[in-house]
Amino acid sequence: MFAWQNTPMTGLHLLGIIIGAIIVLLLVLITVMYEILAQRKFIGWIQRRIGPNRVGPWGLLQTAADVLKLLIKEDVIPAKADRAMFSIAPIIAFVPAFMVLALVPYTMNHVFTAGMNVGVLFYIALSSVSIIGFVLGGWASNNKYSLVGGMRSAAQMISYEIPMGMSILGVVMIAGSMNITTIVADQSHSQFGWYIIPQIIGFIVFLIAGIAELNWTPFDLPEAESELVAGYFTEYSGFRFAFYMLSEYVYLFAFAALATSLFLGGWNGPILPGWLWFAIKSALIVLLLFWVQATMPRMRGDQLMSFAWKVLIPVSLFNILLTGLLSLFV
Amino acid sequence: MLYANNLILVLIFLALGIILPVASIYVLGPILRPHNPTQAKRSTYESGLEPIGDARVRYNVRYYLYALLFVIFDVEIAFLYPWAVEYHTLGLFGFTEMLIFIVLLVIGLAYAWRKKVLEWK
Repeated sequence: MFAWQNTPMTGLHLLGIIIGAIIVLLLVLITVMYEILAQRKFIGWIQRRIGPNRVGPWGLLQTAADVLKLLIKEDVIPAKADRAMFSIAPIIAFVPAFMVLALVPYTMNHVFTAGMNVGVLFYIALSSVSIIGFVLGGWASNNKYSLVGGMRSAAQMISYEIPMGMSILGVVMIAGSMNITTIVADQSHSQFGWYIIPQIIGFIVFLIAGIAELNWTPFDLPEAESELVAGYFTEYSGFRFAFYMLSEYVYLFAFAALATSLFLGGWNGPILPGWLWFAIKSALIVLLLFWVQATMPRMRGDQLMSFAWKVLIPVSLFNILLTGLLSLFV
Repeated sequence: MLYANNLILVLIFLALGIILPVASIYVLGPILRPHNPTQAKRSTYESGLEPIGDARVRYNVRYYLYALLFVIFDVEIAFLYPWAVEYHTLGLFGFTEMLIFIVLLVIGLAYAWRKKVLEWK
């Protein structure tokens, strides 16, 4: 626990946490850059390709080159689009993606983590703000593909948000707190061990719902390249497009961090330092998602919606009751 | 632990989240990128053909039904969270109360299922 959390805020503390937040931002941007490279390499290996290997040694600068290319591309706004909405939509999509990172406890001495008491609920609330950015982008483009993509992503994300919220409930019931830091600290001395053990059903539901929230491959209907031409960001170019992509990958990072904190014990682990355990566990979750992306075919629209409402919601309700009984009698 | 300090940290993240895209799109971008809009570039993409009509058409009502269902269940989650935090102190009483609440909502879900609201056609 560091001084700024216990004493009234002074100018020096404020400066300190602003610098700290900027460091977190830069670290996340670098992580996201290498996440994208890891995705392309990993999927390349699964498909027996080499993956990017031209820019920099072993392709290490590929993503930096891509970002630079996007930065010097012309920013085209279609004549028929709603100018103001079209400009603001990628920013609305990006801001909550970055804001949720304030809640992630990377280490035991959570220097730049907001230990909010409503932590998990705040995460869910923020992640649903992004939906507005996607729908707004799709609507403002005045393009039929974008509109279909935006509507699909809204329907999909609101449907999968319910099982996601319900699957976290089991963890909250066992830990007796919504504070993510407390939940992680609890897992080091809980009678059940890491919460993936008592909450295995919750973890599976959380993983599936999270993949759908990220518009990740078996559920990537909103941006199906082959039929919708990237969906809600068809008309976007240059850096506005980059911010849509960036918010998606920052969410990937945030989702892996949340899964690690809630189910896999966060920074708990023997021998190695806490931040390294956190990095290893979240990297494994990210690799699992890449693996799913490389192997699963895209689902059909009706299967997608009925899977959320007819399978995931009843299963997660059942999980809440099971957890309730478990903590009553164990 | 002072709670307000956590909110200040979240506000700083909010400010940085706004500054990064605004700075790179509106400050850094115009210096680096070309600006040469032509009529052809600014036309709406539609598989390389002239766009037919407007995209703002009436949309399938099914999305609206899902939105209504979503509101009901999202409010349910908002009620379940405070209950989950206090579950250890509430014990069997809290479990029974919530069982009644969940069963009522499950009946609602079963009704929607039966009425074929959940079928996507």
